[in-house]
Amino acid sequence: MVNARRLLLAACAAALSSLALPTFAQDKFITVASTTSTEQSGLFKHILPIFEKKTGIQVRVVALGTGQALDLARRGDADVVFVHAKAAEEKFIAEGHGVKRIPVMYNDFVLIGPKSDPARIGGGKDVTAALKSIAAAQAPFVSRGDKSGTHMAELALWKAAGIEIDGAKGPWYRDTGQGMGPALNTAASMNGYILADRGTWLSFKNRGDLVILVEGDKRLFNQYGVILVNPARHAAVKKDLGQAFVDWIVSPEGQAAIESFKIGGEQLFFPNAGQSGA
Amino acid sequence: MDDAPVRAPISLLPLQLLQVAFDAGGRRIIDGVTLTLDAGPRTMIVGPNGAGKSVLLRLCHGLLQPTSGRVLWNAAHLSPHRSGQAMVFQRPVMLRRSALANIEYALAAAGVPRPEHEPRARDALARVGLAHLADRPARVLSGGEQQRVAIARAWALVPQVLFLDEPTSALDPTATREIEAAIGAIHAGGTKIVMVTHNLGQARRLGDEILFMHAGRIAECSRADAFFDRPATREAAAFLRGELLW
Amino acid sequence: MSTIAQAASEAVQLVVALDPELARIVLLSLRVSLTAVLVAAVIGLPLGALIAVARFPGRKALIILLNALMGLPPVVVGLLVYLMLSRAGPLGALGILFTPAAMVIAQAILITPIIAALSRQAIEDAWTEYQEQLRSLGVRPARAALTLLWDTRFSLLTTVLAGFGRAAAEVGAVMIVGGNIDGVTRVMTTAIALETSKGDLPLALGLGMVLVSIVLLLNAAAYLIKDTAQRRYG
Repeated sequence: MVNARRLLLAACAAALSSLALPTFAQDKFITVASTTSTEQSGLFKHILPIFEKKTGIQVRVVALGTGQALDLARRGDADVVFVHAKAAEEKFIAEGHGVKRIPVMYNDFVLIGPKSDPARIGGGKDVTAALKSIAAAQAPFVSRGDKSGTHMAELALWKAAGIEIDGAKGPWYRDTGQGMGPALNTAASMNGYILADRGTWLSFKNRGDLVILVEGDKRLFNQYGVILVNPARHAAVKKDLGQAFVDWIVSPEGQAAIESFKIGGEQLFFPNAGQSGA
Repeated sequence: MDDAPVRAPISLLPLQLLQVAFDAGGRRIIDGVTLTLDAGPRTMIVGPNGAGKSVLLRLCHGLLQPTSGRVLWNAAHLSPHRSGQAMVFQRPVMLRRSALANIEYALAAAGVPRPEHEPRARDALARVGLAHLADRPARVLSGGEQQRVAIARAWALVPQVLFLDEPTSALDPTATREIEAAIGAIHAGGTKIVMVTHNLGQARRLGDEILFMHAGRIAECSRADAFFDRPATREAAAFLRGELLW
Repeated sequence: MSTIAQAASEAVQLVVALDPELARIVLLSLRVSLTAVLVAAVIGLPLGALIAVARFPGRKALIILLNALMGLPPVVVGLLVYLMLSRAGPLGALGILFTPAAMVIAQAILITPIIAALSRQAIEDAWTEYQEQLRSLGVRPARAALTLLWDTRFSLLTTVLAGFGRAAAEVGAVMIVGGNIDGVTRVMTTAIALETSKGDLPLALGLGMVLVSIVLLLNAAAYLIKDTAQRRYG
């Protein structure tokens, strides 16, 4: 019995000491709050190792929706935000939480729906017309409903289509409060329409009967921006390391890394750091 | 080893119960008991089922508090000293460790200095004839062996008073005899024995004095030979005849 | 049905290939949950024992509360711990948000009530058997609690296993306080959630099978230890 006790104590000591390691192992790292689209598409897995190898800075990405990512940064829990909702980002900076918004890259949204296409929008080039048709047909539509960049873009498009979605929505409009992937799962299982970013769609595997029905409309353009969280407002922000990341991702090398990311030969994100007004 | 046992400097006995009553579950189980237990004689408590024998024992030992009345050890100013008392129960309670460790545990709880634990424990086990089982897990021992360990555990504490609650009622005759021998030896070492038993033959073998209880009261208290040959009360006579008493 | 078959084959492939990322995720899961269970046991076992043995005003209310806390939703615990550890929160200066340490804290908070409540029950049952003898020996409640903890160690092992199972299975708490950061705080359950949301259901299910198998193995090992020890010590 004495042996059992000693064994137990030794096991406890080992477990406790092993816990300490992960917390203190890495000195140089930054926390980047980003969106699910950038992580789930695989973009970060592609470009971050290049940055880490060059600078020795580990980039820890917490992937949430745009709204959540900005809220996280408002609490000072991130060093950099990398999201895609210009209006929300500018508000973030106006509130004093961010230093400066720099455009990085864009991708586009696509309007996805079942092959059967009850609202007859397939092949169209006008996204607002498509949305009007969906609303008129009361065809099932899945919304992310989670304050993400995609959600905000969707709401803006309903507005542009002249539809007051809060009042007009009925049981055909499913407000799921989910990320892009789960929302696509929902759409696939109920054969509904959904607005998605091309990146997530390309790497999404559970498509069911869903296909892209409307694409190419200029209004489906989806701009990403990077912001260093304001160190004056949040003292714990890793100013230099975070700035190094911001500088890199808009540098020719970072932009090239973004451009080189492809799925099945198709490029997902288009770097446009130098573009004015983006 | 039979050097004089180490004892508390002050004698705990005599133990006095003054008009002690005990209620539980709305019933009066002990109804105004007054008695004195002196050092020396082995006291057997007998009586029909439900007479309150076990409860009385627990009141004496301090496991239960009287509803009214007082339990006084030698002179009122002494609070009951656990270190001078020990109790053996009908079913022995063994900890999940060796027989030896069970006794050492009791010694530690009593505040005995650590170096004395093992020798005293081994000695106690030897006295009940279980030295060869010292390292065996206590809970795998037979009922009789466990009860002997319990006796040894009490003995090792060298109590002034040893309470026993029907210690052999669950044992076979051989084991019973071994327990009775141990009790005799403990008494010979100077410990007061207070024992509840439903076995009249056992009361006769072991008792010097008999407390006969009935319906929560002490109906008769006399020397053993007097009790068995010439019971003073009607209830005692009926009890000895084997008639049921309510 | 074919998804499940696909999942099973994915699971086998991952394990056989000794996929390094899978190994890292599994090890982290084990480390976090085992550490959390250790912390919870150190706090919960004595707590449960003391409540079982002592008598004090409000004891019944405390027992009810403890039993109720067994059903704490993990996501709620995660949220509360996040608010504590956030830079904007009281313990932000510790800087342990989005690290395994935060995950251990959240899981420990989650399972301490389970261990305390279940051990309280086991020890209270033992106390009814041991009480008179221990009190006769003059053992005080605190000492009795420790004695009973050791004596009921085999049923307490089951309690600790129950706590571990709950910790290893939850995703709500570790997702929020860990952030599911690739290579840093990604554990089995958050990885499964991620793959599900990416639509890769076979992979998600395969990972799930790996997780369940590991927990099964741990339980089997614990049972064997308990069984042999129980036969030796009775």
